[in-house]
Amino acid sequence: MWVVENGIEMTKQISIPPERHWFSRLQRITRHGDSPWQAIIIVMAVLVMVLMLAIGWMLWRESADARAAFGWGFLTPSLDTSWDPVNDKFEAWPFIYGTLLTALTAIVLAIPISLGVAIFMSELCPDWLRMPLNWLVELLAAIPSVVYGLWGIFVFLPLVVTPVGGALFETLGKVPMLNVLFTGPIPPSGASRLGAAFILTIMIIPTITAVTRDVLLSIPSSQREAALALGATQWETIWQVLLPYGLSGILGAVILGLGRALGETMAVTMVIGNSIEGSPSLLRPGYTMASVIANEFAEAVTKLHTQALIEIGLVLFFMTLLLNMVARLLVWRVARRTPQEARA
Amino acid sequence: MTATTATSTRFQQLIAEQQASLTPRRKIVNAVMLSLTGLMTLLALIPLFWIVGYVIYKGGQQLNLDFFTQLPRPLGMDGGGVLHAIQGTVVITLLAAVFATPPGVLAAFYAARFPNTPLGVALRFSTDVLSGVPSIVIGLFAYALIVKPMGHYSGLAGGIAMAILMLPTIIRTTEEMLKLVPHALREGSLALGAPEWKTSIIVLFPAALNGVITGFLLAIARAAGETAPLLFTALGNERYDIGTIVRNGVAQNQSFLQILERIVDQPVDSLPLTLWKYAQQPYPERVEQSWAVALVLMIFVLLINVLARLWVEARKRRLQG
Repeated sequence: MWVVENGIEMTKQISIPPERHWFSRLQRITRHGDSPWQAIIIVMAVLVMVLMLAIGWMLWRESADARAAFGWGFLTPSLDTSWDPVNDKFEAWPFIYGTLLTALTAIVLAIPISLGVAIFMSELCPDWLRMPLNWLVELLAAIPSVVYGLWGIFVFLPLVVTPVGGALFETLGKVPMLNVLFTGPIPPSGASRLGAAFILTIMIIPTITAVTRDVLLSIPSSQREAALALGATQWETIWQVLLPYGLSGILGAVILGLGRALGETMAVTMVIGNSIEGSPSLLRPGYTMASVIANEFAEAVTKLHTQALIEIGLVLFFMTLLLNMVARLLVWRVARRTPQEARA
Repeated sequence: MTATTATSTRFQQLIAEQQASLTPRRKIVNAVMLSLTGLMTLLALIPLFWIVGYVIYKGGQQLNLDFFTQLPRPLGMDGGGVLHAIQGTVVITLLAAVFATPPGVLAAFYAARFPNTPLGVALRFSTDVLSGVPSIVIGLFAYALIVKPMGHYSGLAGGIAMAILMLPTIIRTTEEMLKLVPHALREGSLALGAPEWKTSIIVLFPAALNGVITGFLLAIARAAGETAPLLFTALGNERYDIGTIVRNGVAQNQSFLQILERIVDQPVDSLPLTLWKYAQQPYPERVEQSWAVALVLMIFVLLINVLARLWVEARKRRLQG
């Protein structure tokens, strides 16, 4: 500010013709242009944060009528819900249930696999193998989700999910408490919540693995050496020393994976069967929040239908926002704690 | 040795026995669990090879020159390609790059220069969180922000949705690369009397440029494979052909901006969007073509990933000396 005003005074004193005023002013600013530069980068930094708020606010505003019309009943669990575009009556529970069930199943399946891969990559594998493995896992994350979906429909569902689902129906379907989740029969095409959960498992393994591996690698080697010197085997070192040490980071990785699983759209939409039926079973077709938006939004006719879908998006946004915040805080805590203790 | 055994208490003997009996078990557990981790690694990589192999096998049969140079033919006719989708992907990705790069790089300058100020921490935090927001939600946002006020679907809206998706990747990689630039470079520039902004643009940015380009490529690879944000922003358009638009525009003496507007301001298709639509159609020839689309898409995305990573590794090695 000071430079600018001073600049104007200077130009007045040496009486430059008025048409050159703006130019010398610009020159003044650019010569010592640190404050404009800082202003620009601060504005851009703030913009990124404002973007997050804007997403939330926009979805909130655009779903106003649906929120007013359905209230909390839109989200609460109940056995007979309706999703009826003709009569404009919408309840989202089947979608929330489908999302939670598939995502949680995927997490349960993905945790042991990802932990195994991360441990192998950080503790066991020879140096020459580390780099290629790292790449392969990242390529797994890079494959577009529609390609997963296509492969899922025509290869994975009939070859893997249908037999596995049939076997689960034969075995777990007869266990008293569990049979709610495993009532069948699984459709011959394999399109089911189980198929979606399997595809999600494959898709979130890279996320969990990458973060867990970073957490394990950031643990100071004095911890490993101390455990080994006390006579622990390598597995005992990993299980009793390294994993507890990095626990909050690993928890963060798992929550990140859960967030990814909740929001995954295309692959799930292609394999889950997209049907709203009453059965809570894993082996039956279902629907998730993301896939109902993907399927119906462009064709939604009534205003309330559109708004109900946006409200589902809003709920999804808040769920993933919350999970991501918690996950990042957990991962950051490990990263911040480690150097200090390494020094001590 | 004998002295210790003689004086050892009953308790120590018990511990010794216990340990002796456990030792083989501990070894076995160790061996089993360690080999399990290797097995898990194999298990995790099976889908990768399965998908890549199968897509190459199925898509390779369908791929020919027409696929890249022709518009889709009506059902029942042989041949035809996905030129419209290739052009649409390019348009959307370019738009996204144009919208996302300047703010992303500038915000990264802030994050790298002031990492520990409250705003810097908040910026990194919100970047991380933004990268976790589901792409379909970003699609809804772009719909509410652009499509609804404008009243029609357009490639522009798709580009903006993609830009929001690309932003976190660009910020993170640029920031990391800026941090790798040696301090001496920046101090030298400041000591020579260059102001902060000049140092940033003329010294730091070129030094980090390779890394910035890498992040940019990775962001493009991610955007090119995304479908969900385009479903109700770009929508899809089987008759989209830039060649025709430009020819008509020139014939009608339209200005450059008018032609550009016609390219950008109408529904466009993209490769993943086409793949999604074709895969759900009951016609075998469409399904067959969707495998070819998958192959093109996958090769594009994997190639960019591999190139970008090779580049960044080489760069890191050079910067770290």
